Amino acid sequence: MTNLWMDIKHADVITVMGGNAAEAHPCGFKWVVEAKAHNNAKLIVVDPRFTRTASVADLYCPIRQGTDIAFLSGVAKYLIDNDKLQHRYVAVYSNAGYVVREGYDFSEGLFAGYDADKRDYDKTTWDYEIGPDGYAVVDETMQHPRCVMQLLKKHIAIYTPEMVERICGSPKETFLKVCELMATTSSPERTMASLYALGWTHHSKGSQNIRSMCIVQTLLGNIGMLGGGMQALRGHSNIQGLTDLGLMSNLIPGYLNLPVEKEPDYASYIAKRQFKPLRPGQTSYWQNYNKFFVSFQKMMWGEHATKDNDWAYDYLPKLDVPTYDVLRGFELAKQGKMTGYIIQGFNPLMTFPNRAKMTEAFSKMKFIVVMDPLKTETARFWENHGEYNDVDPTQIQTEVFELPTTLFVEEEGSLSNSSRWLQWHWQAQEAPGECRSDIEIMSGIFLRMKEAYKKDGGAFPDAIVNLKWDYAMAESPTPTELARELNGYTVAPTPDLNGTIIPAGKQVDGFAQLKDDGTTACACWIYSGCYTEKGNTMARRDNTDPGDRGIAPNWAFAWPANRRVLYNRASCDPEGRPWSEKKKLIEWNGKQWIGFDVPDYGVTVAPDKGVGPFILNQEGVARLWTRGLMRDGPFPTHYEPFESPMANIPFPKIKGAPAARIFKDDLADLGDAKDFPYAATSYRLTEHFHGWTKHARINAILQPEAFVEISEELAKEKGITKGGWVRVWSKRGSLKAKAVVTKRIKPLICDGKPVHVVGIPQHWGFMGLTKKGWHPNSLTPVVGDANTETPEFKAWLVNIEPTTPPSDAVA
Amino acid sequence: MNVQVSRRGLLKGAGAGLAGGSLGALGFGGLQPAMAAAVRPFKLAQMRETRNTCPYCSVACGVILYSLGDRSKNARSSVMHIEGDPDHPVNRGTLCPKGSALLDFVHAETRTKYPLHRAPGTSEFKRVSWDFALARIATLLKEDRDKNFLAKNEELTVNRWTTTGFLGASATTNETAWLTYKTVRSMGALVFDNQARV
Repeated sequence: MTNLWMDIKHADVITVMGGNAAEAHPCGFKWVVEAKAHNNAKLIVVDPRFTRTASVADLYCPIRQGTDIAFLSGVAKYLIDNDKLQHRYVAVYSNAGYVVREGYDFSEGLFAGYDADKRDYDKTTWDYEIGPDGYAVVDETMQHPRCVMQLLKKHIAIYTPEMVERICGSPKETFLKVCELMATTSSPERTMASLYALGWTHHSKGSQNIRSMCIVQTLLGNIGMLGGGMQALRGHSNIQGLTDLGLMSNLIPGYLNLPVEKEPDYASYIAKRQFKPLRPGQTSYWQNYNKFFVSFQKMMWGEHATKDNDWAYDYLPKLDVPTYDVLRGFELAKQGKMTGYIIQGFNPLMTFPNRAKMTEAFSKMKFIVVMDPLKTETARFWENHGEYNDVDPTQIQTEVFELPTTLFVEEEGSLSNSSRWLQWHWQAQEAPGECRSDIEIMSGIFLRMKEAYKKDGGAFPDAIVNLKWDYAMAESPTPTELARELNGYTVAPTPDLNGTIIPAGKQVDGFAQLKDDGTTACACWIYSGCYTEKGNTMARRDNTDPGDRGIAPNWAFAWPANRRVLYNRASCDPEGRPWSEKKKLIEWNGKQWIGFDVPDYGVTVAPDKGVGPFILNQEGVARLWTRGLMRDGPFPTHYEPFESPMANIPFPKIKGAPAARIFKDDLADLGDAKDFPYAATSYRLTEHFHGWTKHARINAILQPEAFVEISEELAKEKGITKGGWVRVWSKRGSLKAKAVVTKRIKPLICDGKPVHVVGIPQHWGFMGLTKKGWHPNSLTPVVGDANTETPEFKAWLVNIEPTTPPSDAVA
Repeated sequence: MNVQVSRRGLLKGAGAGLAGGSLGALGFGGLQPAMAAAVRPFKLAQMRETRNTCPYCSVACGVILYSLGDRSKNARSSVMHIEGDPDHPVNRGTLCPKGSALLDFVHAETRTKYPLHRAPGTSEFKRVSWDFALARIATLLKEDRDKNFLAKNEELTVNRWTTTGFLGASATTNETAWLTYKTVRSMGALVFDNQARV
């Protein structure tokens, strides 16, 4: 989230698109209800299903899954055509006037530089024209034919209300009502909050779905504003934290990148990450990258990371492909190229696409280790559970460990929520049986390996045996010790910003004190401030809220720097006055920035210096056009899902998203609309949390049995009765479930033809207390978003027919 | 909410009030004190309160855990009740159908309790010791790493290991995640991911 949960109460318009917050985030959604009740806010819901969120909406608009970009590009076109922009915001705080270099082009659905064999772009031309002064050329009038505003107009010209209706199945009149309501927030006094979740990310162009709304919100001047922003509601309790801490193939904590193999030394690595300002006087905060990187290396390898050895640069593995994400990991396993997998609190057999492929991949590995507080399907992929897991254990030669771990009530530590709050929690009971914490288990494995490398040697032991490990109890580091490392400390005396010397061994106050000379160590720069010399700021419990802003600045700790609303400098005009007194967050008092939140800006930088409000960006402004930063194009473009009931109307030659990665066998595993005519989507129910709550008795009683949701029209067409058993199948697999025939799903009319939606909730498996059932991932295709490799769980194709019950079921 | 009030103290007060005042209000005023004493005191008043956050979604609602046992050396504590934390600025004491049922999650029958091992080709898990499990896993990892670690790709130093994968858990704490990160990365492992994609 750019803002925070309570902040939603200030919104005038709330759009829930790509999510179903009333169902999946009920207690957060109460702030939407609060806005409706006390701020006269209007709620817009755009969704293929009439969801729980839609049931309390002021305006519901249906949409075919996988067509959000066409819809939102249509909104952007409406705003520009009808002059519904926050003009000064767009002119001064966005790159609308930036001139793009010659050679950049877009035609027939492809940007300049496409290589069909590689399914990738040469992005050289996706950049600004650089002037003789070394800075980007800007035309403040926004009239230059190659400036971003003119290119945007041209790019979205095709998305007329009529085209939106043809592609999305959204009735033109309803679509226009959505546009009109959103457009009211172009006034500086009014804001719109965009709430989204996996309904946008689970697509082969998920990142660009989000980009489309970023464009709309920038045109409306809603970023950085109270009651505005882009609110990623996120999923698991610490998915934000795991992402912040870089538990991915290509990241270092705090959104730094792991080097690629063509960066053989530190100099070549850091040269590409200097991030010099693209306009005079801009902050471009990533210029400090070297300080964060060196401090990270010092926390990893302590005295073994020195200037002379490039801060132990060689200790880091170097990538040969963009990512070794989980889709690639299990593709390699299926090809027999993986030996084993260590799995912490994760149930990949159920949660990744194409169950048959996952079972094959697991069966080809020598070993898997599952660390989990629950008995999961993954740990039992080899066990026969009738037709729900029809495998022959004698044919599976995988060695499997299931290690019992503690739950939240049995440990202390912090979790980062979607508001970027790090909240500390405390232990309340002893763990049952022989459960151990993940910290103790990982330490136990690591220390045994380290001993073996010390004793017997082996492949490159240096990075293992030299890993800094100065915990009081080596086999059981405490959460407090680890939190202090996340915050960072001085390892040698070093001057702070005022020149005062901080002695060695002191917790730093924040990332501004981090150095590139080896005098500081910090595990994750954006978390700096979470455990200072003053103590554990994550454990703070003061809920006072000055000005009733919904900020509560002394509750827990928010990254970065305890800032609650990102880009809050943009809540003021260029002169430093709030756009709206009612929505005041910060302001310039003639000497410094003051207000309810920590300014996202230099505290004493005067407005007349012309420093842009988006201080992380090299431009200092928000990007309507993203240069070469997105793999699949600087503007979002409508592409159909890889499995779609219809062809791409504006770009009929293009199937799927051109730069999304798909492996050869998975491409061959795609079905078409002739055999699989119905548009399937997967989703969650309020009574369940993924596969966890089927182990909790009350939840298992509340939603005991798997089902499939279809319209009355489709039920009639296929002879399916309410509560009857159906078989649903795709090119990759088949499942059985009971049919829920509902008015909540209606056929969409796309390009004059009906498209039937089949909804499949995802909470059942063969373990736990509910009835056994199938997960929609028995059916889903293995294809990932071009930028994030997030699987396309929200839009694929199936067929459906009435069937007989599974052998163990009562009809 | 500036004033730091001990919720536990408040509840104890309320419990005492229930035993005395409301019994009186119900017309038991004239009965013997022994009768009043026989009424069971409010159970939550005896419990230890611990602040925590709901482990499910990323709204991260505040919860209060009520447990028996005062965490002294020989007392094994157990959570008996969970409710929303009214001081929490987001959920203000409310919980959803998932959070309201957390107690059943904590005490689920299908929780793992002991390390289990399944030998290749067999049809069941067997209970093993932690020492056996950790030593065997470390051996399996080292064997694979020593066999498949790539130090150089032609003349480039790459120091990578891509034949064993690691998945982090997005319900673990930041502190767990950091320890996992540092150990996994020190091995040169690249096949590393978490639930952010799903």
